[in-house]
Amino acid sequence: MKIVIIDYGAGNIQSIKFAVKRLGYDAVLSSDAEEIRRADKVIFPGVGEASSAMKMLKSTGLDKVILTLKQPVLGICLGMQLMCTYCEEGDTDGLGIFHADVVKFNNNLKVPQIGWNKIFDLKSDLFTGISEGEFVYLVHSFYVKECEEAIASTEYGVEYTSAIQKDNFYGVQFHPEKSSDAGEKILENFLKLEIRN
Amino acid sequence: MLTKRIIPCLDIKDGRTVKGINFIDLRDAGDPVELAEIYAKSGADELVFLDISATEEKRKTLANLVRRVAEKVNIPFTVGGGISSVEDVDILLKNGADKVSVNSSAVKNPDLINKLAAKFGSQCITVAIDAKQINDEWMVHLVGGKVPTDLNLFQWAKEVENRGAGEILFTSMNNDGTKAGFANEALAVLSSTLNIPIIASGGAGNMQHFTDAFLEGKADAALAASVFHFKEIEIKDLKEELLRNGVEVRL
Repeated sequence: MKIVIIDYGAGNIQSIKFAVKRLGYDAVLSSDAEEIRRADKVIFPGVGEASSAMKMLKSTGLDKVILTLKQPVLGICLGMQLMCTYCEEGDTDGLGIFHADVVKFNNNLKVPQIGWNKIFDLKSDLFTGISEGEFVYLVHSFYVKECEEAIASTEYGVEYTSAIQKDNFYGVQFHPEKSSDAGEKILENFLKLEIRN
Repeated sequence: MLTKRIIPCLDIKDGRTVKGINFIDLRDAGDPVELAEIYAKSGADELVFLDISATEEKRKTLANLVRRVAEKVNIPFTVGGGISSVEDVDILLKNGADKVSVNSSAVKNPDLINKLAAKFGSQCITVAIDAKQINDEWMVHLVGGKVPTDLNLFQWAKEVENRGAGEILFTSMNNDGTKAGFANEALAVLSSTLNIPIIASGGAGNMQHFTDAFLEGKADAALAASVFHFKEIEIKDLKEELLRNGVEVRL
């Protein structure tokens, strides 16, 4: 199985590569359109700021590449947010795959949210073997609002979308690569998804 | 609900784990990677590696250690100790660190915080502050508490937040090594005046001290070293106790 992690200058992607390796697979980092298209599974990571990340994607043409992918794609953290309609951070349009907006947490909360919180209302094969209320690790200041495409929710001042799916595109706000055994299970579920055409 | 975090701290010198008693005397407590794996399995929410070596190879040794930890450990970890430039941070994050913590270099060059936050994002920039209460005033200290500055803890903490830090690791030098509890009053002031998470450090001796740091000190996370390294407190027992006391934790 060929697993590609999209490399567009986003932060800590080693951790994802190592987590995939702990599950017994190899992942390659790539910004090459052909290599990404040929992959069986694509991971779209993201740490950093939304508008500059979108600029990076556009300048390399990777924005269009992602939109045309047919294999399972997993956006992680900012990766998930960039797949949404609009990001308040840097006032930028996203890729528009998921029909939801990304907005900042209320100021009466500590921001960023850093730490372990629960996921519930789990609705996808991504969560096979994962219990309602499982803990995952999150670090973020902006969140995806509640929406139709949500496959998991989390509460931090508000209830928000912590995982999302449309067709072959998946997104998780949490870091499966840092969410202990549960995170590894979710990552493994993603890697085992059947390829759809 | 976001849970309170328990963070074992591993002091590292030349690739080995040590724990300073009041940061001066050192005792050896094992291999960092092995210890990190044990902590991850035993329910630690995060780990902090604090490098106190002062050798020329320091940067390379630390980067190698970070990589080895990232390969093995499936919970987040922060790396600190002598980090003084954007380049230092870049190397550590690229090798798999989730967050970095800066201390003295931020005091000497506050603009570094802005630069790091802009380049890497606030979420991975922790600013560590060591402070000592002298004549009723909390003053920031450097070099493991040995060198006083003229900065007030609360003013500096606010500045650090404004400059883009994602989190503050506050160590009370009055409490560190005493095993008599955290500096809960100062913690509560920090936690209620700042809008970013506060990690309590210095003074952990028993399980009640953690409960107090969360309920009285309103800390978001608590860090300790020797009570965990020498198995005086098991993390699982600690978390069960915290839950009984009404503190939300991940179990």
